[in-house]
Amino acid sequence: MSRTARMWLLGLGLIGVGVCYALAALDLPSFGSTFHPYRDMAVPAAVAHGAANAVTSIVFDQRGLDTLVEEIILFGSVIGAVALLRPSREEQEHGPSPMGRVLEPTRLLGYVMLPTTLVIGVDVVTHGHLTPGGGFQGGVILATGLHLLYVAGSYQALDRLRPVALFEHGEAIGAAGFAILGIAGILTSAAYLTNMLSYGTLGQMFSAGTVPILNAIVGVEVASGVIVLLARFFDQAVLLGHQRESISVPQPGELR
Amino acid sequence: MSHYAYFVAGALVLVGGFGIARSRNLVHATICLSIAQAGTYVLLMAVGYQTNAPAPVFGSTAKPTKQVVDPVVQSLCLTDIVVSATVTALLLALSIQIAKRHDTVDPDELVALQG
Repeated sequence: MSRTARMWLLGLGLIGVGVCYALAALDLPSFGSTFHPYRDMAVPAAVAHGAANAVTSIVFDQRGLDTLVEEIILFGSVIGAVALLRPSREEQEHGPSPMGRVLEPTRLLGYVMLPTTLVIGVDVVTHGHLTPGGGFQGGVILATGLHLLYVAGSYQALDRLRPVALFEHGEAIGAAGFAILGIAGILTSAAYLTNMLSYGTLGQMFSAGTVPILNAIVGVEVASGVIVLLARFFDQAVLLGHQRESISVPQPGELR
Repeated sequence: MSHYAYFVAGALVLVGGFGIARSRNLVHATICLSIAQAGTYVLLMAVGYQTNAPAPVFGSTAKPTKQVVDPVVQSLCLTDIVVSATVTALLLALSIQIAKRHDTVDPDELVALQG
């Protein structure tokens, strides 16, 4: 199909979708209204289970099975990306090309921010049932925090302090831990992923039953998954990058 | 104008779709997909918003009450963000493979399938 014809088709499609969407949006309850039937049921359920953060209670307790599947999606996509990014046979891995100089202020900021970011990540994971945050958010903070080593130091420093094999196991343990804790729910009570521990007092560190445990498991899984994923992208960019300099990648100005 | 937030969400999805269709670079197309997905976050947040209601997080100073913004759509948004991140990672990995095998990242130049 020619480019002009494609643009006409695109225009028709966008107008059609836009008009249908606008008609549907006008039928929604007005923005900021007090009509929230799901909230009226979910918030009392979260409070009854001793969870101070209602969002985390919904994610890990009321919609626990959905979150298990979500975690499996993450697991599967990491496996898929790692399989796609495997260096092929003809691409022998060379040592990383020498890095450019890192500015001293950048290096200082990186070394200050690295421990700070890791502590914040652990805090966000462990207090996920009390304050905004949780395993998914904290896991991403932990994984990105570790990569400050690359920004402030060098790829070699990152490579030494990041045993990828260990994180591959961490990811598998995280995915399996969630499923196994669900089976514990069957053994002790009626259903898969039942919140079978004591709910405790709302706002305490040990409250909300299984929610903080699931948070920690997901934190391990997400942090490991992101680290493994970024390690594979790094392999492509740093170890193999100079082999593909001949590829005609459009310059930023040529992007249309 | 009591529905404008929904139109912001719809506009983001349409702009993202427009960008994907006009894209001449697979990485650019992936970013456009992220923008379209950002529209779904805005829609979810807009559906759950209540004027002057606090966040659904309680504690010693914020006594549990039903008058908070909807936590159900916020948890759906969390799921949405995780799926979006995984899709982006997979698409970028595919782009790298395509760049290796076909020496191009322009979708218009990918005319023939190769085994």
